[in-house]
Amino acid sequence: MLPQHLRTLAGVRGDVEIEVEGQATLRLVLDALETRYPMLRGTIRDHVTQQRRPYLRFFACEQDLSHESPDAPLPDAVTSGAEPLIILGAIAGG
Amino acid sequence: MSKVRVLVGTRKGAFVLTSDGKREKWDVSGPHFAGWEIYHVKGSPVNPNRIYASQCSGWFGQIIQRSDDGGKTWVQPGTPRGQPTTGPGGMPKGESNKFVYDTSAETGNPLTTHQWYDGTQHPWEFKRVWHIEPSLTDPNTVYAGVEDAALFRSTDGGQNWQELSGLRGHGTGPKWQPGAGGMCLHTVILDPSNPDRIFIAISAAGAFRTDDGGKTWKPINRGLHSQYIPDPNAEVGHCVHHIAMNPTRPRVLFMQKHWDVMRSDDAGDSWKEVSGNLPTDFGFVIDVHAHEPETIYVVPIKSDGEHFPPDGKLRVYRSRTGGNEWEALTKGLPQSDCYVNVLRDAMAVDSLDSCGIYFGTTGGQVYASANAGDSWAPIVRDLPAVLSVEVQTLSGSN
Repeated sequence: MLPQHLRTLAGVRGDVEIEVEGQATLRLVLDALETRYPMLRGTIRDHVTQQRRPYLRFFACEQDLSHESPDAPLPDAVTSGAEPLIILGAIAGG
Repeated sequence: MSKVRVLVGTRKGAFVLTSDGKREKWDVSGPHFAGWEIYHVKGSPVNPNRIYASQCSGWFGQIIQRSDDGGKTWVQPGTPRGQPTTGPGGMPKGESNKFVYDTSAETGNPLTTHQWYDGTQHPWEFKRVWHIEPSLTDPNTVYAGVEDAALFRSTDGGQNWQELSGLRGHGTGPKWQPGAGGMCLHTVILDPSNPDRIFIAISAAGAFRTDDGGKTWKPINRGLHSQYIPDPNAEVGHCVHHIAMNPTRPRVLFMQKHWDVMRSDDAGDSWKEVSGNLPTDFGFVIDVHAHEPETIYVVPIKSDGEHFPPDGKLRVYRSRTGGNEWEALTKGLPQSDCYVNVLRDAMAVDSLDSCGIYFGTTGGQVYASANAGDSWAPIVRDLPAVLSVEVQTLSGSN
């Protein structure tokens, strides 16, 4: 689930479904997302360090995954498609 | 019949304003890239339908957009050849937003640190593109001035960007410091008489010049005097707000510094103050008449602590003597209760006869004068805060 501005940039409506091989991790999902939508490179993670941009957070299954290892397995409900991985822009400024 | 196209960048999108040569009736298109900060939009002087835009967001970073039809449609220039230029939903595809400082052994310089607000050293971090300057000869070559301060160049229409790292690495970098708006490279001026000469300016480091196409750079700040730095006459550390040049006189430069309006007659080797009778010599914009190289324009702002015009009166000041003697231009501008600012890239001139002058305010107005400043009228009144204004003078076929 992408923030509205990134949906506009990528030209998608609604949620995006991503398939990854093997155990799904945040890194693999973001890699696959950026492969399909190259215009999103640099908008979620820094081009060089691959660190999460400061005003974005990752949530799933009511858990904050922002500070988890990008190589940690995602919750089963996300992997199965039952629950979304939410990329959320912080509410800051006007 | 000539016409003009005014390219406006705002806090919440870009707008394109067009009129015929009379400059009385205007069409407004936009917002383009709604909701995003558009720091700068500028067209190629070689191909006016080629326009570049800097689109950025504190959340999502930097995007470069390009139009090849005068601003009607836009693409990110990174779409590989032979692939569809649009993705699902018709939106542009591509990758053009990669600005990476050059640290390679062959061409680059190690990323050093620069001075932070509190005087400590701080690592270089890319934030955004402040200014886009298309080449004077090749529509596919374009320069980008960025924050943290560095100069990038693309030679493929904005798809790939390489840093001209001789600037950042020339030695004084650890003494550069951010101004209130960040440590931005905000001014890029290409010399029409010498393709190897480029002028740039950084807040707060000062002005720099290359004479070899960007390989090596030298500070050009002799004569600048800044009370707010430990050595008021230092080689670098000056908060230059903007520089302007008339293309017919490329060795003559005019500068609005944090405080002080300055001019140089030797391509920046030395500067002298020409603030003269201005009510305050603080400000951001400065520009030069298209046909009268000694006629210059500034918008005085009260102070660095009070970013609005003195006495609530929005006044453009014009000098027809290259500085020192200034006259207030007020006809059509608000003369009471006006507390807007005019930011550094938010003034431009067209090349019609008579010369048109344009500027945008943080209150969302874009004012135009079709008679070199004698009288003004708003083109639009209620845009988001204006960050930049550029003008294209077009022949009837564009």
